[in-house]
Amino acid sequence: AALVLQLSLSVADCPGTGSAQAGRAAACQGCPNQRLCAAGAAVTDPAEAAELRERLRGVKHTVVVLSGKGGVGKSTFSALLAHGLAADEAKQVALLDIDICGPSIPKMMGLEGEQVHQSGSGWSPVYVEENLGVMSVGFLLSSPDDAVIWRGPKKNGLIKQFLRDVDWGEIDYLIVDTPPGTSDEHLSIVQYLSAAHIDGAVIITTPQEVSLQDVRKEINFCHKVKLPIIGVVENMSGFVCPKCKNESQIFPPTTGGAEKMCQNLNVSLLGKVPLDPQIGKSCDKGQSFLSEAPESPATSSYRNIIQRIQEYCDQHHFQEEKII
Amino acid sequence: FLPERSNLSGVRHILLVLSGKGGVGKSTISTELALSLRHSGRKVGILDVDLCGPSIPRMFKVQDNDVHQCDSGWVPVFVDQDKSISLMSIGFLLEKPDDAVVWRGPKKNALIKQFVADVAWGDLDFLIVDTPPGTSDEHISTVEALRPYQPLGAILVTTPQAVSVGDVRRELTFCKKMGLRVLGIVENMSGFVCPHCSECTNIFSKGGGEELAKHAGVPFLGCVPLDPQLSQSLEEGRDFIQEFPKSSAFPALAHITQQILDGTSQQSS
Repeated sequence: AALVLQLSLSVADCPGTGSAQAGRAAACQGCPNQRLCAAGAAVTDPAEAAELRERLRGVKHTVVVLSGKGGVGKSTFSALLAHGLAADEAKQVALLDIDICGPSIPKMMGLEGEQVHQSGSGWSPVYVEENLGVMSVGFLLSSPDDAVIWRGPKKNGLIKQFLRDVDWGEIDYLIVDTPPGTSDEHLSIVQYLSAAHIDGAVIITTPQEVSLQDVRKEINFCHKVKLPIIGVVENMSGFVCPKCKNESQIFPPTTGGAEKMCQNLNVSLLGKVPLDPQIGKSCDKGQSFLSEAPESPATSSYRNIIQRIQEYCDQHHFQEEKII
Repeated sequence: FLPERSNLSGVRHILLVLSGKGGVGKSTISTELALSLRHSGRKVGILDVDLCGPSIPRMFKVQDNDVHQCDSGWVPVFVDQDKSISLMSIGFLLEKPDDAVVWRGPKKNALIKQFVADVAWGDLDFLIVDTPPGTSDEHISTVEALRPYQPLGAILVTTPQAVSVGDVRRELTFCKKMGLRVLGIVENMSGFVCPHCSECTNIFSKGGGEELAKHAGVPFLGCVPLDPQLSQSLEEGRDFIQEFPKSSAFPALAHITQQILDGTSQQSS
């Protein structure tokens, strides 16, 4: 009889190489890394965990920007969120880009070609404004053609360094931009940031089902690793022709778009952002779209969403203080 | 060292679809290339090695299908009765479509090796390998596993703007380092023609892909415009090549296919 193959994923999730269950969980059966993990080779040194906690002690709020899908606008959104929050000069904002293979943040923030400097207190973030600092593997590469062809463990190592060795100082908001997927980078950032805490995740999608099917997986990932979801942003939501003003659904919401998905999965829809050719242009130029096109409908959408995220973080903080 | 009798013995040409960047249309181009090749009488397989975000099954409306085993290995999923397009993807192996595959590198690598060795493709003219974005575990493992079978090369997909091109430059370096020939660059989402008034707007800019091809000395395979009918077809798992020959993306996709076919006939002669 022909056997039907199926992965039973309910037990097939990696508990994390640093977890107490590493190598021992049901999911570890058959994993090529099992022996290493079970031997304790990958367990995070408790001293290391303490070091991370100390380093991140000055971070008030952390927001992770995720998607299951590539190319939906995570980096674009992360950059604009950073600019939006840093508009208040009294706030200190940090943007950490953990997309190791495709670091887009330096370009989008107008920081291409910048290098990272080291001092006694660690690596210095690269500052866009006095109150807005950025870190990305992009700053560690000497040429735009340099490819970072690393397997998972090496990528994890760099992410740990970004958190441990960068002298972030006191930050009101740490924004973490991620690559698409649900793999090493995502497991690692959740694991390492557990030393601080993460306020929540903002999940980006576009309206069509081919994106939503990946984003539902990302939402499940968040539930699995107990990462609260601040909400979902639907990007590229319609295009208004500048000439005839008719709207086209270039990425059609054939299954109800983010709105339906959010209803079904009981997560917040933070907002919808329409396509605007100026967005891509601003990103390419390294300028803030919010400043370059203040009148665009996309700008008001972005601003509303940023405000909702800020409110979520403030509430969160308030609740924490109440507990204390 | 070429394995004596393997599941890839009957595959004439292997080509990879890569990008450094996510969301530029790798799976779209893989799908449309497969459909075009089928319409020119070829037998095609698609191996989808995007383990976290497998898009291919839905693009052929077979997302609910199962994978069965036979004596030689795993039976690929046929798209229809005439069996001219077959697929393999982790999407078929998930109990529930929304299950996240939360695996670290080593486990991903193990499955990719199996995908390359254990799928009983039979005789194919082309095996298209669709990849996730990046230059990491999946890419290294796939290229290493395919190396003994001498792939034809890679098509690199980008969108026009600098942020995409920046990542694709790195992918070119990856190809060079891994000894993978670059068949050419496709500039996708290159312009949008309003269906109401025919005004063309360059939503994601224009020209970056062509410039990159020139700069890197690789063939430029063409610009594919944004086409709502193409997006709709993919959403519904329809055959865009057959159903929308008058649509704005069709000529570009046909041209890309023709260049691939010309390339392989040159190779054999």
